[in-house]
Parts: sequence; structure tokens; C-alpha cells
Amino acid sequence: MGWQAIRIWTVLVYGFMFLPVAVVVLLSFNANQFGSFPMTGVSLRWFEELWNNDAVMRAFRTSVVLGLMTAAISTTLGILASLALVRYSIPGRNAITTLLIAPILVPEVVLAVALLLFLNWLGIGKSFALLLAGHVIFTLPFVILVVQARLVSIKRDVEEAALSLGASPVQTFFAVTLPLMLPAVAAGALFAFTISFDDITGTLFWKPGGVETVPTQIFSMLRNSISPEINALGTVMIVMTVGLPLLGAAVARKLAMKGGS
Amino acid sequence: MSAVTLKNIVKRFGTFTAVHRTTLEIPEAAFVTLLGPSGCGKTTNLRMIAGLLDPTEGEILINGKRVNDVPIHKRNLGLVFQNYALFPHKTVAENVAFGLKYRDVSKAQIAGKVRDALDLVQLPHVGERYPKELSGGQQQRIALARAIVIEPDVLLLDEPLSALDANLREDMRVELKRIQERIGVTTVFVTHDQSEALAMSDLIVVMSEGRVEQVGRPEEVYNTPASEFVANFLGASNILAAECVEHGKAVVLDEATFGRVAVPAARAPNLTGTGKAKLVVRAEKLLLARDPAPEGVISVPAIVGTVDYQGQAVRYFVRAGEAQLQAINMIDERPFAAGEAVHLHLRPQDCAALPG
Repeated sequence: MGWQAIRIWTVLVYGFMFLPVAVVVLLSFNANQFGSFPMTGVSLRWFEELWNNDAVMRAFRTSVVLGLMTAAISTTLGILASLALVRYSIPGRNAITTLLIAPILVPEVVLAVALLLFLNWLGIGKSFALLLAGHVIFTLPFVILVVQARLVSIKRDVEEAALSLGASPVQTFFAVTLPLMLPAVAAGALFAFTISFDDITGTLFWKPGGVETVPTQIFSMLRNSISPEINALGTVMIVMTVGLPLLGAAVARKLAMKGGS
Repeated sequence: MSAVTLKNIVKRFGTFTAVHRTTLEIPEAAFVTLLGPSGCGKTTNLRMIAGLLDPTEGEILINGKRVNDVPIHKRNLGLVFQNYALFPHKTVAENVAFGLKYRDVSKAQIAGKVRDALDLVQLPHVGERYPKELSGGQQQRIALARAIVIEPDVLLLDEPLSALDANLREDMRVELKRIQERIGVTTVFVTHDQSEALAMSDLIVVMSEGRVEQVGRPEEVYNTPASEFVANFLGASNILAAECVEHGKAVVLDEATFGRVAVPAARAPNLTGTGKAKLVVRAEKLLLARDPAPEGVISVPAIVGTVDYQGQAVRYFVRAGEAQLQAINMIDERPFAAGEAVHLHLRPQDCAALPG
């Protein structure tokens, strides 16, 4: 009896969380020209329209480029910061860690406005570089948290062994440390990409005029009408932001199994 | 020439001094053990030789050259850790080949050297496996192969047997010594285990609280301990307050339980004259017997207290007059029982003397 109630409750919670998403995905395949029920047939028509919509495709390209660049920069900075924080005793280590993690504790709107005001004060206008910088600040904590946790579990012994065998510190990093923390690095990069890819709050503040990412594009399309195209775009977003991390997790597990420890 | 020389080495961590002014010569091709309890500075010394720590003061020389400013990867040393420290993402063969990649060795030569090293540690068929597929003992052999394949100037072993279980440890002890003798590499071995040190070393450096207590061949440090610490750390000893009454060719100590004991002068190198002294009676040299001893052997009546039976040997705690003593005897039948009256036999030449 008790278990039955918990089961039903669980289904309701999941339904509450995922039904809207399921509706969007379902309706994106609707043949009807209104993005609502009842469905009149299954079609890929709206995906095709997306493909032919220049504004959407431009936004998509911008998002992918922005996401990839964010991931590359955040991961590189995150690895370097983690190495410094874990492997070297630097004064004020805890304070630095807190500062680096702070962007995910501060509300995004505050962060967005703050960065904008700061840039204004410096007399620098909005640009793609600013947008990129904002995304890096916002995704860096995730990379640092994941990579740092992994680095702590890699024994110093292994690196010392490599050094004793004649590898320089840089060679040791590339031959031993980096391969051992690769699963965390990949996870961090994926985090950075997906967070950047579906970020809207910060992006709305930071983007220069005329530049749209997929989320801001959807946002502006919504102001006109609820077109079925938006459903299709939503489905693409879901596949990217849910599918990529799942794929990444699978690859990481494979790597971890091969590498041991 | 010494392979490794430590000259007036001091190592401080903040206000804590881990190594007090230490000078040490490690001879070419010797197996030298740094022995002591944890926190005695033995590992700190090893890490300074390796280049993993910088000495606060003093000089380190390897083959006569000062290496203080030479980073670890340019020192050409073999390093073996307690926890093996194999590269988990590389196969055994890749692990062993690792150091050769940073040296001027061709691909074909690498394959040959890796094969020879795996043969030497008697694991010729595991090259394609990953470290985690091997047992602890096998992993440690691979770690050894990886360290010696680069033909290091000095082999540094940091408690390499401590992570293995007891039986395996004794096998590995013999194995390690065999390999070291075969390739003749100067070896510095760090351990807290006195039996490992006694069994394997050409030279033992006994350390305590950052200081070298004694340097000597195993039988020297065992038979002629230079300090109370050494006497107690290597085996069990009874250390008794005594009075040195004669200091010449023989050193005669007067002690409450055993009376006058003539200790050979060679066994009392640090005793400079008559006066207060300490008599060192090894537990293994104090024999329990039913009858009094023959002429020339000291004999004292005693009562057996606690009996700690260990199979081939027994550890007795006995009372002789005022003194509580311990004795470790080999036995072939039944041990003496608690409460039995016995005679303690002690040959004066088995005793050592320390300053009081």
C-alpha cells in the first residue's frame, strides 16, 4: 500500500518534470501548422524549415562556435588552475578556490550586470570576445571542480616516478598526469560546452547587437508567435544538451575502465 | 670513490628540523640501508638524494659531482616506491620502456632492454598486461624493472616491501638482493624493518629523530650498538646500569645482577674510562638452563615470569634478584613454565657496554 503510493507519487513527479519537454519533442514532429494538439500527422517539415531559416542557422553556428571556444578556454584554464591549487602550496589557496568557484554561487543576472558595468567602466563595448569571456567565467568553476577532484586522486608518486625516469615536468604532465585525468577533463569540457550552449541570461546581457545564439534566437522568435519551428529547435537543443553529456559519460566510463584506478 | 655523499645536510620544514647536520658516505656498488622508526628522517634523506626535496643546508654529491641544483629528471636515478607507482594507463612493457624513451636508445634496443629487464625480475610474459591485472608482488617487480632498465647511477628504494604480505616479503627480500648483486648498482634502501636491514645490507645507517645513531656492517650494529637506541631498535636488549671498574684490554663492568662482567674492549668502543656505564645484554644471548653454568660463563639463579611461546623460539620474562630481564631462546622441546626456578647463563664476550 505504502509502496504503491510512493510509486504513484514518483510517476507524478517525473511527469510534472518531463511532460512539458515530451510535449515539445512530440509536437516538433506535428504536420499541423499550429504548434499545438491535436496532431494531424508525423512530419519532419519543421526541421526542414529550420534548416532553411538563415537566422536560425546563423544562431546555431554562433552557439556551436561559442560553445567550442568556451569549452577549449575553460578547460585549459581549469586544468592549469587545478594543477596550481592541488600540486603547489600557494598562499591563500582557499581564498583563490572560493573566488574561482564564486561565479556559480552568485546569481547569474548579478554576474551578467556586473561584468557589463565593469566593461563599461573600462570603456570597452560589447563584442563577441566579451560574450566569450562571460561564458568562460561562468563555466570555469564546473571545470575546476571536476578536474580538481580527479587530480587529488592521482598519486604524486606516479608523477615522481616519471620524473625520476628522466621525463621533465612538462613531459611528465603530458605522458602521465593528463592521460590519468582525461575522463575529468572530457567531462569538464562537456559541461562547459553544454552550459554555454543553452545559457540565455548572461548571453542576453553580453551579446553585441545582431549576434544571436540559439537560446536568444528562440527567445526573440517567441515574442512574435509560437511557431512549430520553435518546437523543432527545442528538440534539437534537447538532443544536444542531454545527448552530449550522456555520450560523454559513456566515453569517460570506457576510458576509466581501460586506464584502471 | 663514494657513489653518494651527503655533506653537512640539514633539512628543516618550517620550524621543524627533519634532518640534523648529517654527513654520510655511500660506497660504490654497496647496498646501504637507512633504518629507523617512522619520523626519523630516513625518507627525507632519500628524497633529498632523489631530488624530490631540496636540503636546507649542505651538499649532495653523486659520483663526486654536486647535484644540489640538478633537477630530479637529470640525475639518472632509479626510484622504487612503497606503493609501486606504476602508470596505470600503460601496459607493463610501456611502463618499463618509459625511462628509455627519454634517453638516446633506439626502438629496437628498447624492446631488447625491456625483455631483459622483465627476464631479470622473472616476469617475462606479462609485457602486454596492465598493472592492475598483476598481484602486488608482481607489480613491485615491474616497478623494480622499470627503475633498473635505465641503468641508474643509484637505485633508491623507499620501503619497497612494506605493502606486501609477510611470506611474499621474505621472498622479495631474497629476490631484490639477488638482482642488486647481479647488476651491482649502488643501492639506498629505506626501511623500518630491522630484519630486512640485517638480511640485505652491506652497510646499515641507524637513524633516530633526524640524527644518524650508527653506521656499520649488520653484525657491527647488531653486536656493538653505539647507543641505547640502536641496542633496542635492533633486536631486544636488556640495558642495565653498571659501573666500569677497569678500562684496559678488557673492560670490566660491575652490575647488580650479573656481578663483574669482562666485556671485550671492541664491544665498548664509546666507553672512554671508568665510572658510570651501561651493560647491554641481548635477549638472544641470555640463556635459560636447569643447571648452573660451567666455568667461564656467568650463572645467575632466576624465576620464570611470563612465557611467550613462538614455536621455534620462546620469549621469557624472568626475575633475577631485583632485575626484570627478557630472554629469547631457541627450544626444541617444551619451554620452561612460569614460576620455574632456572639459571641464567651469560657469556661475558656476548655483552656490550655503553657510556652511562
